[in-house]
Amino acid sequence: MSPENIFHLGLKELRSLTRDPIMLVLIAYAFSISIYTAATAIPETLNQSTIAIVDEDRSPLSARISSAFYPPHFVPPALINRAEMDARMDAGLDIFALNIPPNFQSDLLSNSQPTLQLNVDATRMSQAFTGSGHIQTIVNDEVRAFVQRYRDVNTLPVDLNLRMRFNPQLDKTWFGSVMQIINHITMLSIVLTGAALIREREHGTIEHLLVMPVTPFEIMGAKVWSMALVVLVASALSLKLVVEGLLSVPIQGSILLFLSGTFLHLFATTSMGIFLGTMARSMPQLGLLLMLVLLPLQLLSGASTPRESMPELVQLTMLAAPNTHFVALSQAVLYRNAGLGVVWPQLLAIALIGAVLFALALSRFRKTIATMA
Amino acid sequence: MTLHQNSATTRSVAVASLKQLTLRYGKVSALDGVNLDIPAGCMAGLIGPDGVGKSSLLALLAGARVMQEGQLEVLGSDMRSARLRRQICPRIAYMPQGLGKNLYPSLSVLENINFFGRLFGHDGEELAKRSAVLTHATGLSPFLSRPVNKLSGGMKQKLGLCCALIHDPDLLILDEPTTGVDPLSRRLFWELIDNIRQERPQMSVLVATAYMEEASHFNWLAMMDAGHILATGTPNELLERTDTHSLEAAFIALLPEKKRRNYQAVDIPPLAPDATSGADFAIEAKDLTMRFGDFTAVDHVNLQIQGGEIFGFVGSNGCGKTTTMKMLTGLLPPSEGQGYLFGQEVNPRDMATRRRVGFMTQSFSLYSELTVVQNLTLHAQLYHVPIDLIPGRVTETLKQFDLETVCDNLPDALPLGHRQRLSLAVAMIHRPETLILDEPTSGVDPVARDAFWNLLAKLSRRDGVTIFISTHFMNEAERCDRIALMHAGRILATDSPAKLCSAQHVDSLEDAFVNYLTAAGAGDQQKGTQTSADTQPEPPLSQLTCQGDSSLYGWRRHFNPRRMGSYARRETLELVRDPLRLTLALLGSVILMFVMGYGITFDVEDLTFAVLDQDQTTLSRDYAMSISGSPYFTEQRPITSYADLDQRMRTGALSLALEIPPGFARDIARGRQVEIGAWIDGAMPTRAETVRGYVSGMHAHWLGIKAREAGYTGAAGDSTLAGLLTIETRFRYNPGVKSVVAMVPAVIPLLLMLIPAMLAALSVVREKELGSIINFYVTPTTRLEFLLGKQLPYIVLSALSFLLLTALAVTVFGVAIKGSFVALATAALLYVSAATAIGLLISSFMRSQIAAIFGTAVITILPAVNFSGMMDPVSSLEGMGKVIGELYPTTHFLTISRGTYSKALEFADLTASFTPLLIATPILLGLAVILLKKQAR
Repeated sequence: MSPENIFHLGLKELRSLTRDPIMLVLIAYAFSISIYTAATAIPETLNQSTIAIVDEDRSPLSARISSAFYPPHFVPPALINRAEMDARMDAGLDIFALNIPPNFQSDLLSNSQPTLQLNVDATRMSQAFTGSGHIQTIVNDEVRAFVQRYRDVNTLPVDLNLRMRFNPQLDKTWFGSVMQIINHITMLSIVLTGAALIREREHGTIEHLLVMPVTPFEIMGAKVWSMALVVLVASALSLKLVVEGLLSVPIQGSILLFLSGTFLHLFATTSMGIFLGTMARSMPQLGLLLMLVLLPLQLLSGASTPRESMPELVQLTMLAAPNTHFVALSQAVLYRNAGLGVVWPQLLAIALIGAVLFALALSRFRKTIATMA
Repeated sequence: MTLHQNSATTRSVAVASLKQLTLRYGKVSALDGVNLDIPAGCMAGLIGPDGVGKSSLLALLAGARVMQEGQLEVLGSDMRSARLRRQICPRIAYMPQGLGKNLYPSLSVLENINFFGRLFGHDGEELAKRSAVLTHATGLSPFLSRPVNKLSGGMKQKLGLCCALIHDPDLLILDEPTTGVDPLSRRLFWELIDNIRQERPQMSVLVATAYMEEASHFNWLAMMDAGHILATGTPNELLERTDTHSLEAAFIALLPEKKRRNYQAVDIPPLAPDATSGADFAIEAKDLTMRFGDFTAVDHVNLQIQGGEIFGFVGSNGCGKTTTMKMLTGLLPPSEGQGYLFGQEVNPRDMATRRRVGFMTQSFSLYSELTVVQNLTLHAQLYHVPIDLIPGRVTETLKQFDLETVCDNLPDALPLGHRQRLSLAVAMIHRPETLILDEPTSGVDPVARDAFWNLLAKLSRRDGVTIFISTHFMNEAERCDRIALMHAGRILATDSPAKLCSAQHVDSLEDAFVNYLTAAGAGDQQKGTQTSADTQPEPPLSQLTCQGDSSLYGWRRHFNPRRMGSYARRETLELVRDPLRLTLALLGSVILMFVMGYGITFDVEDLTFAVLDQDQTTLSRDYAMSISGSPYFTEQRPITSYADLDQRMRTGALSLALEIPPGFARDIARGRQVEIGAWIDGAMPTRAETVRGYVSGMHAHWLGIKAREAGYTGAAGDSTLAGLLTIETRFRYNPGVKSVVAMVPAVIPLLLMLIPAMLAALSVVREKELGSIINFYVTPTTRLEFLLGKQLPYIVLSALSFLLLTALAVTVFGVAIKGSFVALATAALLYVSAATAIGLLISSFMRSQIAAIFGTAVITILPAVNFSGMMDPVSSLEGMGKVIGELYPTTHFLTISRGTYSKALEFADLTASFTPLLIATPILLGLAVILLKKQAR
């Protein structure tokens, strides 16, 4: 093995990339506009939720309840009649429909426990839970205030003081932007190495490399370091300019620590890219493989839904994916300002996974190299 | 029929006339103001080396490339007008350069012919008759069902000819049809062309070739160099004018003074006898054999090359030359036998031996993204030339190979001759003792070729470098000390060129080779079928009536279902022959459905929490119990201090930390206000909100119970929460609030977007990258026919995938379709059409497959996952995301999918979502049609 060869071949990879303008534009797009759109589009869980109210009571209390739903959590409620309710929910117009029965106010005042009906479109999972809880709280508050004729809760002997740590406003831009960067890091690193390998094979330049005094290890090492560097720089810029700058997300922790984690992660994903490149015989096959690998990595790593709630088997399997640890590490470092003392297990896990992937890819690369030339 | 009367009138003039025709690629000009009239009804040749503009000229004539400046009339029609081009293109046949480049490797001979036939409006019995006549004439009849990738070079070339002739053209354009084919096949090919011309005397044939010798029996020639026409006339006129005996010499004589100045005839001194004595063989092969599956590419090859010798390896493309060379360099491990370099067995891991060898591959594998100097430097570095010697060595090499003036250019911008010299320079930079050169001179002009040979001669005779060179030019083979004739993986003979000729009693090496080939039985195939032709006469080509293609008039001019069908049929065949892709597409969807159906869940469970209990009373423990008792939370070991709390929250080990203050129980008993602190990890906002909801709920619940137990009801009475009213929450459509029920109908739209889009995008870009797109350029196929033809198979595949996913959803996941299946299926069909149309749209402006993969991933994954209502309803999105979400087809199909699966909806309920799906495909396809180019740029 010769480090100079790895270095020189890597430089060559970088030079080739600079001569592919479409690819450069796509990389720039992925780490700027794409991140920005994704981050700003994600609403808070309860944002602009659609609610309809069937008011069969038409009392001051029911009017008071109706007026308690306002932006940003809800769009102003649609006042509908009972007959419209089903049709509107079927069409997906309303996520919630609150039905206030006739004589609600008088029943309440006469202490005869009236029943409100809240219909929830349970196919909208993310909103169904939090939304119905929210609505219950709002209704309860309004009713209590109405009954007591004052808006005060100090009759409760115990107060629950809820404080959100690390993201007091629960601003989803913070979360979305960084998770999107992680997704793009994974995608780009796999595409760059995997597809570049297939292209070299389809254009016959890999054969040329193989007759020179360079080993497969050096060829692979060169691809890994150079493409990892490209993605590393792109993600660092994106974090600094787009996330911190444009989206004004206050990054708590050490960016250096995050980037070290990114580097290890890239070591793993670029190896994975080479592995996929040796599995696929043509670009269409690689494209399909890519979808097959990228989607689970993105959706099951904890970057879009919490890991704890996934089935045990999925949780266990996903421990083998570098993304899982990288997502945990990024959240700890960037949001919770965790230091090396806290995230070393993740770093270690990523490094181990990377080493295994690299070894696997290298052995496959060595084996398939004869069929490539 | 009127068309043919037209051609009769134009024939007397010229089949094509060019005025000031200019074509530039960036700054390089391929054609520089060419004025030329090509005579009709004869065999016309364009001769000159590669890269002088021959191919560009032919591509313009065939309508495959966009015209830039100047005028061009072919068969009397202006090639600038798209309408006229469409009208005359069925009268032109174009066989592009590169063996079988426009053929489809996984399709059989007959399938290829039928594909081309249908593009020109032939079908059924007529097509069968035409292809029978053509395959018979070319001797391909016995191989109709053989896939193209299993054909030899000569057979591919004949098949290319069949495909070109299937529509009875008036002008046949052949771009280097014989490059890389063995001499015997080459002879047979020209005989075949002569036969066809006898049958169809009105047909004009235009051939570009780099083999000067074979142009001597053409009727008319135009010699080209550097984008200019040097001279035109019959071969004899050209020879007389230059007073030479061969066209090659005539060409050199006609070259401008500047280029001729450096010309030196090749003169290789004979090998000194003592140079070879004693030492080991530089290269040796013993029974070297290579098998790929049941195909033997190299069959027991034995070679011995002595140090300092120039050894030639002669044979057609695909006869095993390259494979043998690869085995000798350690690139390919042989199936049998051994190769030796410098007396040692070839070992791919032996870097020291590799440094003693220089290798130059067929394709001049230079890095096109590095400049000349960078290429040289990189190779010097990789071969470990000592670092301080590199700059000197590079300068010296630049000088030796006469590359100083172009040292900062990119290889692609260099003329072929320069590139070839650079390749050799690169192979020589580390001063190897042996050079292995795989067809180094293909497509290089005669002057440059001779200069190259002078260089080789110097290396061999002065520096004693051993040279092992493969070629298919006979005049180059004659210059070697010894040659090996190779055919079909076997060496037919090895000796010096003179001895080979005398052994066969012939004068030229080419004749000798043909004799050896015939002796080896190479011609039997062709001969065999030709004799059977005599016994079983077929109608000659001329008897085939040529009906004007009705599809060129009326509405069929713009959209002919037959042409579209031809593309669709071909794409389907290719898809079916690639079982891995097919399986990946179907099985991949299934796997992803399992992973995501079960994996993504919004039921937040098992959240971690711990308590910092500073009270340690029964009541405080009771409070903690009320939370740990729920299925949503699992309690971790208690928190010991604030530092511990901070540390564990930072690691993400705790989603929730509760702090119960000292004197909690006592204060409650006294009716004093107490405050419990709850810290929620806000890093993941969705989860934090859920936690907040749960904790508030449980807190209120606990209070209610405590209030009743403690008899607070008396004092606080109506003010407690419990008892005022009941809120009955009905989770509709998914009463169990199960994630699977919600996810499965959402995952299906996601999968039906990503995979079909990727498949469709790559299917077009792949043709662009591999070159078969040319068939779309030069046939009457319209853009819409092409795109729809490509799209149909993927729509069918995706529809299958939909049925498979639906079956899985119902059986395995137990998510029943409560509404109308017909509505769902109709929507799915519309949706996959839109998804594949997105792929086609992406493909219409992408050029490389990498960019297409990355682009498709970026353009489909984000909107489908984030903006289409899978996670968050579109109505709640903001900014650009919302706009994209409202337009994106996934949104609408998602509504229909959820509606039919969970909400028991029918057609009538879903019209609002059907409308966007209905209009999506026409709009997307329309855009793709506009963006797709009908000619190369």
